[in-house]
Amino acid sequence: MKQLGTIYGINGPIVYLKGKTQFQMSEMVYVGKMRLIGEIISLNNEMTTIQVYEETSGMKPGEPVYGTGQQMSVTLGPGILNNIFDGIERPLKTIEDQVGQYITKSVQVESLDTERKWPVRVTVELGQEVTGGMIIAEVQETKTIVHKSMIPPNIDGKVIEVVEDGDYTVVEPIVKVKQLDDTIVEIPLAQKWPIRVPRPVRRRHESSVPLITGQRVVDTLFPITKGGTAAIPGGFGTGKTMMQHQVAKYSDADIIVYIGCGERGNEMTEVLEDFSELEDPKSGNSLMERTVLIANTSNMPVAAREASIYTGVTLAEYYRDMGYDVAIMADSTSRWAEALRELSGRLEEMPAEEGFPAYLASRLATFYERAGLMQNLNESEGSVSIIGAVSPQGGDFSEPVTQNTKRFVRCFWGLDRQLANERHYPAVSWLNSYSLYVDDLSVWFRDNVSPDFINNRRQILEILHQESSLMDIVKLIGSDVLPDDQKLTIEIARVIRLGFLQQDAFHQEDTNVSLEKQAKMMEVILHLYRQCREMISMGMPMSLLLENQIFNRVVTIKYDVPNDRLDLLDQYLVDIDQFYNHIMETNA
Amino acid sequence: MSIEYLGLDSINGPLVVLEGVQDVAFDEIVEFSVQRTKKKLGRVIEVYEDKAIIQVFESTADMSLKNTHTRLTGRPMEIPLSPEILGRTFDGIGRPIDQLGDVSYVMKRDVNGDPLNPVSREYPRNFIQTGISAIDGLTTLIRGQKLPFFSGDGLPHNELAAQIVRQANLGEGSSEKFGVVFAAMGVQHDVADFFRRTFEESGVLDRVTMFLNVASDPVIERIMTPRVALTAAEYLAYDLGMHILVIMTDMTAYCEALREISASKQEIPSRKGYPGYLYSDLAMLYERAGIVAGKPGSVTQIPILTMPNDDITHPIPDLTGYITEGQVVFDRDLQGKSIYPPIDILPSLSRLMKGGIGEKYTRADHQAVANQLFASYSRVKEARSLASVIGEDELAPTDKKYLAYGRKFEDQFLGQAKDENRSIIETLDFAWELLRMLPREELDRIDTQLLDQYYGLEKVL
Repeated sequence: MKQLGTIYGINGPIVYLKGKTQFQMSEMVYVGKMRLIGEIISLNNEMTTIQVYEETSGMKPGEPVYGTGQQMSVTLGPGILNNIFDGIERPLKTIEDQVGQYITKSVQVESLDTERKWPVRVTVELGQEVTGGMIIAEVQETKTIVHKSMIPPNIDGKVIEVVEDGDYTVVEPIVKVKQLDDTIVEIPLAQKWPIRVPRPVRRRHESSVPLITGQRVVDTLFPITKGGTAAIPGGFGTGKTMMQHQVAKYSDADIIVYIGCGERGNEMTEVLEDFSELEDPKSGNSLMERTVLIANTSNMPVAAREASIYTGVTLAEYYRDMGYDVAIMADSTSRWAEALRELSGRLEEMPAEEGFPAYLASRLATFYERAGLMQNLNESEGSVSIIGAVSPQGGDFSEPVTQNTKRFVRCFWGLDRQLANERHYPAVSWLNSYSLYVDDLSVWFRDNVSPDFINNRRQILEILHQESSLMDIVKLIGSDVLPDDQKLTIEIARVIRLGFLQQDAFHQEDTNVSLEKQAKMMEVILHLYRQCREMISMGMPMSLLLENQIFNRVVTIKYDVPNDRLDLLDQYLVDIDQFYNHIMETNA
Repeated sequence: MSIEYLGLDSINGPLVVLEGVQDVAFDEIVEFSVQRTKKKLGRVIEVYEDKAIIQVFESTADMSLKNTHTRLTGRPMEIPLSPEILGRTFDGIGRPIDQLGDVSYVMKRDVNGDPLNPVSREYPRNFIQTGISAIDGLTTLIRGQKLPFFSGDGLPHNELAAQIVRQANLGEGSSEKFGVVFAAMGVQHDVADFFRRTFEESGVLDRVTMFLNVASDPVIERIMTPRVALTAAEYLAYDLGMHILVIMTDMTAYCEALREISASKQEIPSRKGYPGYLYSDLAMLYERAGIVAGKPGSVTQIPILTMPNDDITHPIPDLTGYITEGQVVFDRDLQGKSIYPPIDILPSLSRLMKGGIGEKYTRADHQAVANQLFASYSRVKEARSLASVIGEDELAPTDKKYLAYGRKFEDQFLGQAKDENRSIIETLDFAWELLRMLPREELDRIDTQLLDQYYGLEKVL
């Protein structure tokens, strides 16, 4: 490391150097005597600007700045999963061991444990031609996940040395590759990759497989694909974080990258505690075995908050390259946008809307574009799905972050303040949410769940929309004056809202529901609807139908039918028919 | 370190510029002496080579470019700490104002505080009984939580905070050590006096540390007041093992002070002129609540803020709500109906409630009852708006029941006397008494088993 400059000025996390310096754009640097980590963000003849990822208090002009010659990078290798990092991939547990409970300045720690030996199974042979992305070794990283170390994407050549299977650290070379230009590179288990550069892939595929989350309102009404993007906007207290937690817990992705970006410290503690205890529905192991947490809480330095999103997505891409389906929870992208705004303000850039920088939209776009179902360099297929929470100012969806996010995501799960106030959770509004993946997924649903699934889904939505327009009338004149068929719509909509859309995250049976059960529940509700509609068309009054307990029984299906006893649902269809026959016999 | 610089190069509001300085560090504290007599403190907020921009605590009114001597201290802002700070009163930047002399200190600590490592936190789960039904039953306060009051001018937020201090087991009868840190920012003298009287009456005054920056005190000091107070709170909690309740009032005045400085620094404003870093800045304060794993104490925060024009979407309550673990919202309509405490439960929320209630802490039915009360109350509001259009007489029978239920809920469940202390069991039993006013089919948030257990019961008196 050599000194390439001296500090001229300091303004919070922004440090200036005077004159023409030899730094490169986006280079990672060490700033000051304390060697705080920073990144070059602008260069010109008069001034070099550095964004520092730690608190700068106590720093003085005249202190040295050291260059590294590398872009801001993360280390990729075994040891990432079942771990918690800060925004620039420093392991928080190691920091705690070194400096105690508070994160002090200038902690020097390695991203991955360089002492730990991993049992390695080598998968390449001497003399083999290798190209970027090819898998060279496998390591059982956690109980759930096999880690596959790869040739870095920019390397091409012939294996001239390879180690035996055995125990190695992440820095010991596994293979030596002679490249076409005769240079020789040693490749260990871990590699570095710059966080702002997407990892290369062979090609992008269109995805037609859903990311199943176990949440009815998502899976049935507004589904997302593996490799898809979704935004969860909602004011405070509407349940964004809760929803992210639910998806992280129960979605059928192989790997979860959970980015706590500028959010509460206690929430990260909760994720850590909960996920360690909870069982992964797929493998039966602890959920943390497939999870990595990036925690840059709101009181941690703002520049690292900006970086945390990129760190998270780079880790996700790395596991995608191994052929896994990865889901990213980014909570919350608004904090990231605000970090951009704060830094932009300190740089005295010209603001666009509400003080946000003009490049907000393009930054959001590059982030969400890193999602997708990809054919990797090693021909395996993997996906990165991004689910980003948005915290609109004042709960108003017309603000710039929500609006710009909407342009780049294809799923929009808008959370509604009114529903949250009624404690209807998940408070996803069925009126202004949407998913543009429904058409892509219809074939999959038809073949794998039920031929009626898409049709039933449409009907459910129709009933809900009808109810919403009827409610405008009810609010004015009361429900008594409505004709019976409209009363039925309102009653069935109530059954759908309480019995289907509302889902209790704390109820053992209800917290995670299979698609099969979702489809059957929908069928039962619609069967009830059709039978009632027929009776009403024959002149039966709604008040008569409501005397039967069947409506409330259908509402409580979610609690009463355990997830492993779906056969019980058929009984409901029979009971509805009996209810129909009974009414028809006694009143016809 | 002891070089003194004579004179300043410019003065602009609370900011002064000093050129030709050597070895000045970002964020360090400087001492000014004006006319060789008056001492003031300031903080370096920007440095460029040999030029420092310094923010002066207190007013710059008597400073001139010539009469001021400046000395660099080489350290960030620190306050002296020792068990002696209990029972004492300080000004907004930690200087004693109770004529009892300086505190002899065990240590000095940087008021900015470092961020707590998320892996070192313990998830808060201990229920604090405040004796107030609306809070205990519906927005439960948990030890280590930050639960702000979103209030408005003229609403009884101070009374409620005082009642919590009196009732929240802060007094006698427990082996654990409790304490209160009170930080006043820009409030009137009588508010400060009111709290002092409350502490005195409830016999906790010797366990209270007060930091007062009243309305007439320098605005800029307000920036430091919560930091100083929280540093004291952390010392009491984590070094001395006490359970500390921090009351900070009024956060709106704090944010306005922040805006004032931002404006004089000519920063680019975001919403309503507040600086873009308001969120980060507030987070640095609120996130200092919590429990550190392996340490006996805790810091619980009740920040009080007055929403300008009762607007909950104003940046101050909005950003606060995104950081804190819930909020208790005061409502002017309920105040108009003489209901105390006038808490609007629908927008109120306690995020940590789910982990701190239930069988282990309060009672098994607590969560379900709370959910049902919220849901039913929102039906009450619907019924009321319908009644206001078509008249109460025209309502369906169920809606009429909701109206009756709503009235009793507001008058007797929400409403209670300023010295009434209800146990959580009383609160829950009373909730069932109310729910029995509604037909059983309407109670759709409570599962069948709990309904069987509680709905049928008549209240045993």
